[in-house]
Amino acid sequence: MSKLKYALYTGCTARESTPELLSSTLAVAEKLGIELVLLDEASCCGASHLQDFDEFLSLVLNARNICYAEKLGLPMVTICNTCQLNTVMTKELLDHDPEMRAKVNEKLAEVGLEYKGTSTVRHFLYALIDDYGLDKISEKVVKPLSHFNIAPFYGCHNIRPSHIHYKHNMPQPDYEVSEGGGEVAYEEEDLMYKYTHENPYVPTSLDRLIEALEGKSVQYESKNKCCGFHVDLQAPETSNALTGTALSDAIDHGADAVVTPCPLCQLNMDLKQESAGKQLGREIEIPVLHMPQMVALALGCTPEEIGLKYNVTKATDLYV
Amino acid sequence: MSDMTQNPTPETRKVTIKAFRFNAETDYLPYYKTYEMEVGKDELILDLLNRIKWEHDGSFSYRRSCRHGICGACGIKVNGKPVLSCKQNAQELVDLFGDELVFEPQSTKRAVKDMIIDKGDFWEKHAAVKPYVETEVDPHPEHETLMSPEQVENFLDADYCIQCGNCHYACPALEVNEDYLGPAALAAAYRFTIDPRDEATDERLEITAELGSGVWDCVKCFECAEACPKDVNPIEKITKLHNLQFEHHVAERNVATKHAEGFVRSIKKFGYLDEQDIVLYSEGLGVVKHLSEAMKMIKAGKVHPFDFQKKKMPRSKNLKEIQKLIEISKTHEL
Repeated sequence: MSKLKYALYTGCTARESTPELLSSTLAVAEKLGIELVLLDEASCCGASHLQDFDEFLSLVLNARNICYAEKLGLPMVTICNTCQLNTVMTKELLDHDPEMRAKVNEKLAEVGLEYKGTSTVRHFLYALIDDYGLDKISEKVVKPLSHFNIAPFYGCHNIRPSHIHYKHNMPQPDYEVSEGGGEVAYEEEDLMYKYTHENPYVPTSLDRLIEALEGKSVQYESKNKCCGFHVDLQAPETSNALTGTALSDAIDHGADAVVTPCPLCQLNMDLKQESAGKQLGREIEIPVLHMPQMVALALGCTPEEIGLKYNVTKATDLYV
Repeated sequence: MSDMTQNPTPETRKVTIKAFRFNAETDYLPYYKTYEMEVGKDELILDLLNRIKWEHDGSFSYRRSCRHGICGACGIKVNGKPVLSCKQNAQELVDLFGDELVFEPQSTKRAVKDMIIDKGDFWEKHAAVKPYVETEVDPHPEHETLMSPEQVENFLDADYCIQCGNCHYACPALEVNEDYLGPAALAAAYRFTIDPRDEATDERLEITAELGSGVWDCVKCFECAEACPKDVNPIEKITKLHNLQFEHHVAERNVATKHAEGFVRSIKKFGYLDEQDIVLYSEGLGVVKHLSEAMKMIKAGKVHPFDFQKKKMPRSKNLKEIQKLIEISKTHEL
């Protein structure tokens, strides 16, 4: 296998309130011999909130981010579900709507950039599973997670809407650049085909990753549900109810820890345990790991790299 | 997974159906009853509902009418996935979920009898957004009211909604906030708001801008987009309503609108979102309610409260480019 190399779009959270996400991602890549080039020019993806305020501006900014991966001639990987969704929603639109692509490129031309559609955009989770391979990851495990029952929490923006995700998160060895031929962005897809890579009603990727690290994946109903992060400010009760329900479900099914590929889910579920517990009238206390933190634990990365001290709900006991 | 892999073209497959059974008039609790049947490759979920009733139990109840995906009566959940019974091939779901299919009503807590639910809340919310064109109609028009293909294109997919309720009962925000209008009502609000004949634009935008019930209570989970059998993509319409509220100056300055607009403020300064500032800026004095969580974050070393000069804040390379793009691309202000 030739060395895997990607342009890493970190998003904001990995550079701010979850530094442990960035350090563990880089540590995992190094252990596995995957080369990640940081896209330091990139901006915030808008996190769906900028999209609410000014959809066009969010398209321009996301297109600019992709431009920098294209300039490097590298496929882009993301480490945040919301970054992944907002980036591929932009890509999807620009690859299929020549008029919008021209409008966006007219703005980008003012700063000497052009969106071409030559880089794929995938979540790092799928780069690990589909490009690197679970078997090969298993071979690199030095600290099997066999004592742990781990509850996978998938996070909405990497599994829904499936009509967009399957096109981008699937491995695409012979990726062809779209001409922007104006085909409708919303064609009806064969259900089975759309769900082959990841079925949003029964997702398996994280479960399979947990098993590859020799942990036990916990089966519980909330694993593909919403954590409520995006209404945390304007509707905290909704957010707490959703977070609390998901965490309680994981705890009641015997989980020792929750793991998620999305730092926004992680932040919400890690930080809001007390307020969610108060609202639900029960105790909620469970460590919540970022997906790369979990992999880093099994690959024997250092405590500094894994960064468990940054987790709000005590997680340092997971390092054995 | 399924038998399909060993035998690619079986005529029929043995399927176990676990159906939710409940009669609000006589039962204290719901229960599940199991039916086994050979399912043909062309059979729809509706065919299986019929077979339960015709071959096993005549009291089994469900809604059905048109049988070709237009009346919106037969929405149920199969293994948690909202489907339109008359449109959904049964073997396709066996491929997805295995040979045990669980049939449940769209919302078990609203069940009246078996698959039939009380959809009253759905219709009430639908009616609340004025789901019709409001205009003075000339009873003796001299010519047709013409619309350009582009104008129709803007709401055509929203117009495909058949009010089946699949998105409404898949929405987790509605599950915990009964005031929320929900994806179907909001998609309908969008459809009529941008109809060029309609004259109730601002009124409808105001209804959908209310905190607690309107667009700002959407949790952005995309369950509605996944659940819709007609590809209406309700959340896309919700995003458009958000944008319209700013364009039409209906958006008032509150925690939700400032949260959205605050992203521009941050990105302009740093390229990244200033995660501390967005909370302060959106909440104003309300920020005190986040104090205990802020303390937790400080303790874990996640945030730096005394970094007044924002030295710890990351900054995008080529920030000037981002600032210029914001300047030339922004379409409105709060």
